Amino acid sequence: MSDIDISKLPKGSKGFVHDFAADQTTFKGVPWGKAMMWIFLLSDTFIFSCFLISLMTARSSTTAEWPYPSEVFGLTVFGVEVPLLLIAIMTFVLITSSGTMALAVKYGYERNRKMCAWLILATAIGGLTFVGMQAFEWSKLIFHDGIRPWGNPFGAAQFGSFFFMITGFHGTHVSIGVIFLFIFARKTFRGDFDTGRRGHFTSMKSDYKAIEILGLYWHFVDLVWVFIFAFFYLW
Amino acid sequence: MEQNNKKATTHSIGIYLWIWGLLFVFSTFSYLVDWYNFQGLLRWSLIIFFMLVKAGLIMAIFMHLYWERWAIVNVLLWPMTAIMVFVAIMTAESQYTFFTRVLFFVTGG
Repeated sequence: MSDIDISKLPKGSKGFVHDFAADQTTFKGVPWGKAMMWIFLLSDTFIFSCFLISLMTARSSTTAEWPYPSEVFGLTVFGVEVPLLLIAIMTFVLITSSGTMALAVKYGYERNRKMCAWLILATAIGGLTFVGMQAFEWSKLIFHDGIRPWGNPFGAAQFGSFFFMITGFHGTHVSIGVIFLFIFARKTFRGDFDTGRRGHFTSMKSDYKAIEILGLYWHFVDLVWVFIFAFFYLW
Repeated sequence: MEQNNKKATTHSIGIYLWIWGLLFVFSTFSYLVDWYNFQGLLRWSLIIFFMLVKAGLIMAIFMHLYWERWAIVNVLLWPMTAIMVFVAIMTAESQYTFFTRVLFFVTGG
C-alpha cells in the first residue's frame, strides 16, 4: 500500500476524486502514522479555536475595560518601556525551532543521521527556552502584577482566566513536544531509524518517517502560537 | 524494508531557509503593528493579514501540505469553514449579550 507510486496517479481535483473513489486507502502515499497525526492536529485545531472564540466572546461582551496587552506584557529594559518584548522574543525562538525541525525532517529523509539528530536536539533546546521564558512571564504576572484567574488590577476580570487557560494549554503542548524531541534526538543518535530497532513503548520498528510526523506536531505548536500571538497579545 | 534504505528525494535547503526568513520578517511586521500603535480597522486587518500569511507558509512548506495530494488537503482545510461559521455565530451572540448588559445596567434591571 505504501509502496504505491503516487507519481503515476492523477493529480489535483481528478486525483481527489480518484483517491476518494479508491477501494483501498484514501490517502495515497501518506503513511498511516502521518494521517493519524493530521487527524489529531485537526481535532486540536478545534480545541484551540474554541478557546480563542470564547476569548472573543468574553472580550466583546464585557462592559468592563479589557486590559491592554501591549502594556500588561511590556517590559522595562534599562528604564525604557518596551511593549510585548518577551512575547516577541518567544515568537522568534519558536519560529527558529520550527525552522530547525523542518531541516531535521529534510536530513532525516536524506538519511543524514547526525545532522538530523543535532537539529532535533536544537529544536528541543529552542522549545525548552520557550517554556522557560513562559514560566518567567507567568511568575511575573502572578507575583509582580497580581493577575489571578478571577481578577486583576488592569480591567475586565475574565482576562486572567483566558490568559492562563490559553497560554497554559499551549505551553503544555510545547512541553510535551520538548519531551518527545529529546526522546527522538536520543533515538536518532543511537541510529534506531537506520537499524529498525524496536521502540520501547510501541515495540514497533520505525524509520525516518517518524521524524516527519514529530515535525508535524512541532510545526502545529508554532502554528497555534501564530494565532495566540495575533488574537491574545496583539488584538 | 527495502524502500527505507534508499534516499528519498527531498526539497533543497534553500526553500526552508527562505520560509524561515520570511516568517521572521512577517513576525517583525506584526510586532511593528503594536510598536507603532496602529489602532482600529488598520490594526485588525494588518494583524489578520500577517497571521494568515505566516500560518499559510508554515502549513504549505514546513508541514509539506503544498506537496500533499488533494485528498488529504481537502480533508484538513474544509473543516475550517465550520470554525468560521462558529466565529460568526458567537460574534452575533456576544453583541447581543453586550447589548442586554448595557440595557440592564442603564435601566437597573
